[in-house]
Amino acid sequence: MSVAEKTAGQPETAAPSAPAIELIGISKAFGPVQANKDISMQVARGTIHGIVGENGAGKSTLMSILYGFYRADKGEIRIGGVPTQIHNSDDAIRAGIGMVHQHFMLVQNFTVLENVVLGAEDGALLKPSLAKARKLLTELAHEYELEVDPDAVIHDLAVGFQQRVEILKALYRHADILILDEPTGVLTPAEADHLFRILEGLRREGKTIILITHKLREIMAITDTVSVMRRGEMTATVKTADTSPAELAELMVGRQVLLRVDKKPAQVGQTLMQIRGLRVTDRDGIERLKGIDLDLRAGEILGVAGVAGNGQSALLEVLGGITAASGGSVTLNGQALDLTAHADAGERREQGIAHVPEDRHRLGLIMSFSEWENSCFGYHDRPQYQKSRLLMDRRAMRDDAREKIEKYDIRPPSCDLAAANFSGGNQQKIVIAREVESDPDVLLVGQPTRGVDIGAIEFIHNEIVHLRDQGKAVLLVSVELDEILGLSDRIVVMFDGRISGERLPSETDQNELGLLMAGIDPKEGAA
Amino acid sequence: MKSMPRWVDLFLIPAINVFLAFLVAGLVVMFIGEDPLHAMRIMIQGSLGSDYGIGYTLFYTTSFIFTGLCVAVAFHASIFNIGGEGQAGVAGIGVAIVALTLDQTHWLLVLPLAVLGAGLFGAAWAAVPAYLNAKRGSHIVITTIMFNYIAAALLIYVLNTYLKVPGSMAPESRRFAGGAHIPRLDQMAEWIGLELTRTPANISLFLALLACLLVWLLIWRTRFGYELRAFGFSEPAAVYAGMAPFRIIMITMLISGALAGMMAINVVLGELQRLNLDSVQGAGFVGIAVALMGRSHPVGVILAALLFGVLYQGGAELAFEIPAIPSQMILTIQALVILFTGSLENMVRFPMERLFLFLRLRKEAR
Amino acid sequence: MDLAELFQLFDSTLRNATPLLLACLAGLFSERSGIFDIGLEGKMLAAAFAAAAVAAWAAAPYVADPFPGQLSGLGLGWTAAILGVLAGIFASILMALLHGFASITLRGNQLISGVAINFLAAGATVLIGESLFSMGGQTPQLSGNARFSGLDLPLAETLGGIPILGPLYRDVISGQVILVYVALLAVPLTAWVLFNTRFGLRLRAVGENPGAVDTAGVSVVRMRYSAVLIAGILCGIAGAYLSMGTSAAGFVKDMTAGRGFIALAALIFAKWRPYPALGACLLFGLLEAIGSKYQNVDIGLFVIPVQFMQALPYILTVVILAGFIGKAIPPKAGGVPYVKER
Repeated sequence: MSVAEKTAGQPETAAPSAPAIELIGISKAFGPVQANKDISMQVARGTIHGIVGENGAGKSTLMSILYGFYRADKGEIRIGGVPTQIHNSDDAIRAGIGMVHQHFMLVQNFTVLENVVLGAEDGALLKPSLAKARKLLTELAHEYELEVDPDAVIHDLAVGFQQRVEILKALYRHADILILDEPTGVLTPAEADHLFRILEGLRREGKTIILITHKLREIMAITDTVSVMRRGEMTATVKTADTSPAELAELMVGRQVLLRVDKKPAQVGQTLMQIRGLRVTDRDGIERLKGIDLDLRAGEILGVAGVAGNGQSALLEVLGGITAASGGSVTLNGQALDLTAHADAGERREQGIAHVPEDRHRLGLIMSFSEWENSCFGYHDRPQYQKSRLLMDRRAMRDDAREKIEKYDIRPPSCDLAAANFSGGNQQKIVIAREVESDPDVLLVGQPTRGVDIGAIEFIHNEIVHLRDQGKAVLLVSVELDEILGLSDRIVVMFDGRISGERLPSETDQNELGLLMAGIDPKEGAA
Repeated sequence: MKSMPRWVDLFLIPAINVFLAFLVAGLVVMFIGEDPLHAMRIMIQGSLGSDYGIGYTLFYTTSFIFTGLCVAVAFHASIFNIGGEGQAGVAGIGVAIVALTLDQTHWLLVLPLAVLGAGLFGAAWAAVPAYLNAKRGSHIVITTIMFNYIAAALLIYVLNTYLKVPGSMAPESRRFAGGAHIPRLDQMAEWIGLELTRTPANISLFLALLACLLVWLLIWRTRFGYELRAFGFSEPAAVYAGMAPFRIIMITMLISGALAGMMAINVVLGELQRLNLDSVQGAGFVGIAVALMGRSHPVGVILAALLFGVLYQGGAELAFEIPAIPSQMILTIQALVILFTGSLENMVRFPMERLFLFLRLRKEAR
Repeated sequence: MDLAELFQLFDSTLRNATPLLLACLAGLFSERSGIFDIGLEGKMLAAAFAAAAVAAWAAAPYVADPFPGQLSGLGLGWTAAILGVLAGIFASILMALLHGFASITLRGNQLISGVAINFLAAGATVLIGESLFSMGGQTPQLSGNARFSGLDLPLAETLGGIPILGPLYRDVISGQVILVYVALLAVPLTAWVLFNTRFGLRLRAVGENPGAVDTAGVSVVRMRYSAVLIAGILCGIAGAYLSMGTSAAGFVKDMTAGRGFIALAALIFAKWRPYPALGACLLFGLLEAIGSKYQNVDIGLFVIPVQFMQALPYILTVVILAGFIGKAIPPKAGGVPYVKER
């Protein structure tokens, strides 16, 4: 069967009543990992269909198959009722499918116009294509509230605008079906609302939209139907109106979820860390932190909420000694920290600041190192791991690793395996064990449960609370509001490199935090 | 996701790749109209069949161990130091300065100081690309290539301007006097009553083996080696762990350059006993093949260096016996080894991964 | 220095710059598509050999019953030179395909592949040359139609009388081998293709973000192979020029003598742009011309040794790479194999 069986972008002529998309028995394996198992689903024309699931549930893989980025091992795809072979993105585009990827697929040093035209040129010469695109772009922009300067270079645009370019790219290719993969991860609630208005406009025009997300709020707000994925399988498809967030959450993780963590009230002690006017400018000259004031007290968990990219990562990295500050001061136990480029992460650890990084693959672990080599990573220069001035004490490193494996129930319990061979949850446990066991005064934690299975989540949350109960201070950064609300004793919200508000978890809710995440303080507004 | 046993990764795949390289080399010989098996016999006979052949083989091996280690150490830090050729060439100047100054004394004094001179000059020549990479983000591969050419120009300049024998046209230094002659292997054999044919193989061979041991200790036993490997796998992770990239790049490249420089001891001090323009003769580049084939492990480097020693000595014999196969045959084999064990490695690896995945899934299915 | 001497210098500058320019543009296509190419040297060398070998063979008279060692050829006229260039391009393309196979299909290390190709060419040219001609790796001297000679442009003599510009036209611009003009024309052509055509847009995109090209429905593999092939063709012409268009008139082992790397240096110096590439190659060609003409240059205060002139292209490249004179930022996806499946 070939693509030719189906003429591009005209599904309605084939079968008017047929669903826009029909997936039948799709399976896909990456090496030994089964990412999609026998998945079937239908999406009706002119609807918004949500797909929810935890990280690693196989949502992105499924959509990448639909978009021809990966090829399914088994199964059939029907577009508008017609069986369609999608071997590459070109086939998908011909079939009227457009996709907005989680990581934008834009050429950073090209203009908006060039990005839109790329791959959809009319002829061998650029000039006529660009002129035509300019005209069409203006029309589309008016129609769907997608205004963006066609001559702007992508790297000068804010993420929200870059996303519009992605949508424009799909529309320019006459997409009838639009797939959006975690589109709000980098947006403020206000930007997300604007996006949803755009999507509603598209639905009115008869376009079919698939929205991949792990945020239940968005599913409830905008979708008509929703499918739930868990561990590569599709566990349910329901009408959004007939379900509730609690039910969806249960379907996602496979059992009742404990949204609140069991913990005693905090015994808050004196201030351990004092942050005043902290500023960070990154390598590209962009100011990531624009003056942060925070007090971190013994025996409390301070949660930092915010949309990804509003300075939380910069805060963790500057406190952890990875990057230098451009201004401000930080004291720990009354002693000023060296915030210049001369200081490094090793110095911070010496001073009692441990750091569980947001991205354990990129920062927290050396994937090809064995578990025991990872088990002291960052603390490798401590005396207990040295045999002499130059040589390391491998036996001490191994013994130490075995102790941590037992105490933190890391599986499989073998310190000789490479870190890459552990599951996400166990990898995170290796990091948590290492940082917590270093007996720090302050623990910096970023996205502690990202890509971690549900069993390990509870364990990790309990470890964090346990550390707090020992009188240590914890700075918790997470984009999951549930996690922030469940764990924190006090919450600050970050927006655009600043603290936009501070709340007690008992006196706030998701809605209020959502507004703060967009830089709007409802209390100040009322006053 | 790993699905292959370690031995496949470490031994089987490299072995298949080297086999493929030699298979293609054999086909080339056939294409020229010669018998590859006959050629191989001549090469093995010429390189390993007499104490004379073995001597030369070990002489080449010594140089290749040093240049192989030079590339291997940098590889562990994910640095591709392609500048061994230039670093070894400049190190020759260091050796020559020591030898020309002190050749009225005794080799026991000259050797350690020459080692120091070679190391310092080799390291210095690696230091500039390293610094530019660490501080300014210059691509180290391009910079070290450029430094090879700059080194060649520098060497001509130094020989012509400072070291040339007055009145002579040849761009070479005067011959070192007897006090700078380090013991050859045949001389050392004489100490224990053995009689060997005179070859340029010399005491540097033991320095090379010692260097292998030290490199092994450095990479897998020292704290710096731990940092070097961590940096090689992931620079951001190394920074997270409090390691300083600048320090790691600098020290790694200094060690790498010094190792390349050591080959000047073998050639300039051990063989030529003078400095001339072609003391390195491509050995710096052979180091790339040696490191790739030896999987950047010192033991692998020794084996691969030995193989290339056999090739170079055997190839010279071959060119003598069968003029239709010139010594460039060796260059071709070297290219094939780099190709198959380096850039075409996945040609064997991908099917192997699939094979072992299939075996594993079948085992799990049972 | 009088005007005639200066023009003589310009003349050899142009001749020196030609192979550099062709190789530099070859590198530009390859690296703009995200494939690092340090194998320019090897491709040029292989082409130089193949071109000279085939041209010599095609031009040699046909002998029905050659005695051992005598070359029996096709006895062709000027077509021998054309055949030579085509053979050079063919050999270079073979090398380019090997590089493409290693770095695109097998996603291997592009730098290592380039190194291997350089050695392969250095070894194989002599090996094959020796087995074909038994002349120590050289090819027979090319003469007459088997090589390129200068092409007198129209009105060269007539305009020669005009002061300054006349002799410039007559002695420098006119009278060059046709491949020189090919190289010069390749510059505006490259610029036009790169910035005004669909192919150019996709080429630039694939070197910056192959994912964007892939999801836009364009094959990354096909784009990169095309770029690598164009690089092969251009290196082929560069090599053919070396052995057929210069006074060498034949192949000598290692005759590229590092020109592939100078071309690479020029590419970085030009920050991967066509017109600056022309400027960089002319500059490096001039340095080479000065170096071979004057030996040590006395500038009054001190003497610049000739070795410094020879090393200057490399030194300048190092300086540029270090960002001391503007930052040379290579295509973002350069050197990284495109992996779709995780």
